[in-house]
Amino acid sequence: MRYLPQTPDDRAAMLSAIGVASIDDLFSDVPSAVLNAPIDSLPDHQGEMAVERYFQGFARQNLSPASAPCFIGAGAYHHHIPATVDHLIQRSEFLTSYTPYQPEISQGTLQYLFEFQTQVAMLTGMDVANASMYDGATATSEAVLMAHRITKRKKSIISGRLHPHYRETTETLLRFTPYDLEVRDPVIGGQGGLEEAIDKDTACVVVQNPDVFGEFKDLTALAEACHAQGALLIVAVTEVVSLGLVTPPGAMGADIVTAEGQSLGVPLSFGGPHVGLFACRQKYVRQMPGRLAGETLDADGKRGYVLTLNAREQHIRREKATSNICTNAGLCALAFCIHVTLLGEAGITGLAEVNHRTASLLADRLTALPDVKLLTRRFFNEFALDIGRPAEPVVEALAALGILGGVPASRLFPGEPSLENVLLVAATETVTVADIDRLVTAMQEVSA
Amino acid sequence: MSRERETISGARGLDRDEALSFEQDSPGRSGVDLPPVPDAPDRLGDLRRKDAIGLPGLAEPQVVRHFVRLSRMNYAIDYGLYPLGSCTMKHNPRLNERLARLPGIGDVHPMQPQSTTQGVLRLMSELAHWLTELTGMATVAMTPGAGAQGEMCGMMAIRAAHEARGEPRKRVLVPESAHGTNPATAAICGYEVDSIPSTADGRVDMAAFEAKLGPDVAGLMLTNPNTCGLFERDIIRIAELIHGIGGYFYCDGANFNAIVGKVRPGDLGIDAMHINLHKTFSTPHGGGGPGSGPVVFSEALAPYAPLPKVIERNGAFELVEQEDGPRVGRMKGFHGQFGMFVRALAYMQSHGRDGLKQVAEDAVLNANYVMAKLQDLLPPAFPGPCMHEVLVSDKGLDGTGIETMDLAKALIDEGYHPMTVYFPLIVHGAMLIEPTETETRQTLDDFIAVMRGLVEQAKAGEAEYFKEAPTMTPRRRLDETLAARKPVLRWVPDVPLADAAE
Repeated sequence: MRYLPQTPDDRAAMLSAIGVASIDDLFSDVPSAVLNAPIDSLPDHQGEMAVERYFQGFARQNLSPASAPCFIGAGAYHHHIPATVDHLIQRSEFLTSYTPYQPEISQGTLQYLFEFQTQVAMLTGMDVANASMYDGATATSEAVLMAHRITKRKKSIISGRLHPHYRETTETLLRFTPYDLEVRDPVIGGQGGLEEAIDKDTACVVVQNPDVFGEFKDLTALAEACHAQGALLIVAVTEVVSLGLVTPPGAMGADIVTAEGQSLGVPLSFGGPHVGLFACRQKYVRQMPGRLAGETLDADGKRGYVLTLNAREQHIRREKATSNICTNAGLCALAFCIHVTLLGEAGITGLAEVNHRTASLLADRLTALPDVKLLTRRFFNEFALDIGRPAEPVVEALAALGILGGVPASRLFPGEPSLENVLLVAATETVTVADIDRLVTAMQEVSA
Repeated sequence: MSRERETISGARGLDRDEALSFEQDSPGRSGVDLPPVPDAPDRLGDLRRKDAIGLPGLAEPQVVRHFVRLSRMNYAIDYGLYPLGSCTMKHNPRLNERLARLPGIGDVHPMQPQSTTQGVLRLMSELAHWLTELTGMATVAMTPGAGAQGEMCGMMAIRAAHEARGEPRKRVLVPESAHGTNPATAAICGYEVDSIPSTADGRVDMAAFEAKLGPDVAGLMLTNPNTCGLFERDIIRIAELIHGIGGYFYCDGANFNAIVGKVRPGDLGIDAMHINLHKTFSTPHGGGGPGSGPVVFSEALAPYAPLPKVIERNGAFELVEQEDGPRVGRMKGFHGQFGMFVRALAYMQSHGRDGLKQVAEDAVLNANYVMAKLQDLLPPAFPGPCMHEVLVSDKGLDGTGIETMDLAKALIDEGYHPMTVYFPLIVHGAMLIEPTETETRQTLDDFIAVMRGLVEQAKAGEAEYFKEAPTMTPRRRLDETLAARKPVLRWVPDVPLADAAE
């Protein structure tokens, strides 16, 4: 077995040094009836080539966005990842290290986490950010719990245009807490009466911007309405590239910002692992979940970094911790950090502009088709269309033509008949004018 | 010593500092060339960003150098032994990295039509088969993001099962030696945590456990092998007792590496257990994630496992995202840590059932070998044999003035990552050493020689050095009190640390 270095001679010598006759003498605490139960249904070990062939078999059965025009978004986006990102994250010292518990030999990890926190705070327009969460959905659920801790109030209001996975993840986390969630209906356009629902029992309001239908809104008035009642505004961002071009949530008055960072440096990988971003106002920092890297000095007076404010965390506080999570998304945070560093100020604003104008072009071309109406007024790189017929069979027909044509809203909101004809379409910098031509032609074909 | 000579640059050969990326800014520089902006109308209007973000400009060569220099300040498994107890720092095969990046695997969008994702769904189904077969359990929930979320998933299933029976219960029993995530998870699920003491031999105190059982006990959270590196001999009896009062048995599977391929948790009476794919099944720890924590369930809890799940129907694979029933709700976005599933399945296929059994045996052999070779100087906290890790107290350092942390820091100067220190909490000055199965006898002998040498130096009265250690690292001991008292959590232009710390 190529990964197991001990030889039979090593094993014999070691057993002898330990003073036992056989390996199962070391398993003597295991009840004998359950030791070495045969597992007949699984195969024996295989060489590298055989394993590679086995996985090629899986790969061949999928349509890869690398070989098909991809207009799918809905919380995960097909962006180009520079070669440098994937090379650097595979450096042994990043890939095969653990959480930086021994800071003297983990300054590499700690410094990039500090840089990552700075990037996230800058992009979201907030004071501070943590060292990442599992993903955007879990970050949002943790933000709601944090708002309840801060306000000590009972109710949270969830926009109906929050990504359903984010809403459902939040419902799961709060299910066995004393807190209530008031979930609004998924109505395209309008604020849906959110302001009027805020009262003195409200811990927070959660909105997504751009929302799940792509609409980007000025949230300033909503933030003021929250603050007038002592509630917090939580803003979730599922397409983090948008922050290169739009007024960030921090500038609109958000108290906590959560985001999915996958778009910058992290592969789609069928939905995970991705990376949750979490930022907030300075005054709430001690109520934050997750790990934090902080600057300090070493015994020689040199600047260095450590994990800090550990008194919030489960390994110290146990049942009184701000969150139960331990592992976060370190390597995905590194990928994000490298990609943002490569882009820089000019690169991220430029990348966002290309995304926006490509989507804008796509919207113009698609709405020129008969029976296709644009439902989103102000968008970044994703929008909703009413295509005048059920969207799901259209998406299947496009897939048969080798095009990943978008997400039927019915997949996100099953049981909402009003959304049956709604198609969510996204365009990133990977979409070419030729791809757009192909989609437009194919849409005409499948509608004929 | 020549090492003390100051260099002009401040570097010491290959060892050099690296400024923050923000301190290397040249406005207008970028490491990415973008496609042309299409000619289409702007649709953001007055909600365009008005202020600069503040990100620095660096070209690609600078970025590569920046991160390569940072990487050189890290210890890693690929560099040397990483005996961090309870973390299972084993070799991470590079084949798994290659397979996770195959076109058609690494780049599949989670919201593609299912007709275009049959391969990845079949892959998930295969991994689920391995996990249920290796554990002897009825089903598996694949989605939890890491171990702590797996615990939450399992404990929520327990609570959902009690509520479905119309009898929500209040208390969860947790040994005092448990990982911190256990009580934190129980609290999130709305339970009161009731601590069970340990016996003098490092296991659940059965009398105390039985005394705490009652109709308001929802279940037990127990790590097995436990956090002292020992197999809970009475585990089958423990399962019977908890089932006897209508409770459920949650097992923290963090230490599954000791028994994989040898013992099926389902045969022990466990109802739910998370599996850290980033421990037992070698997916890289990546500096603290991403992990992956699928949860296996017994027949009794299977109806409460969360969605989504993959099923096979008429020869096609189907991702079930919605279904009525008493299930625990969605754990995270999309369908789980799929990239980690690829790596874990590649690891399983490479080892096979024969190799996995060998993994457990060699992991246990290596830990017992370390214990045997250290026990005269550093006696184990509890009598052995141990499982995949050995727990040592600080008794061997009595009278030296040197503490566990000092020994750990001296190990760093000797070229090793230290073991886990001060955990579990029930052992004074605990040192938890987990060598894993991928280390050679020679590596273990070298480590043992260093540990013995350090204890002998400690006993010889070299306390002064130990208190100073490490002395040869990119940074010396860092001031954690300063970091926490006045937290500096991000770079801010033109504010020197000295001012910020006032």
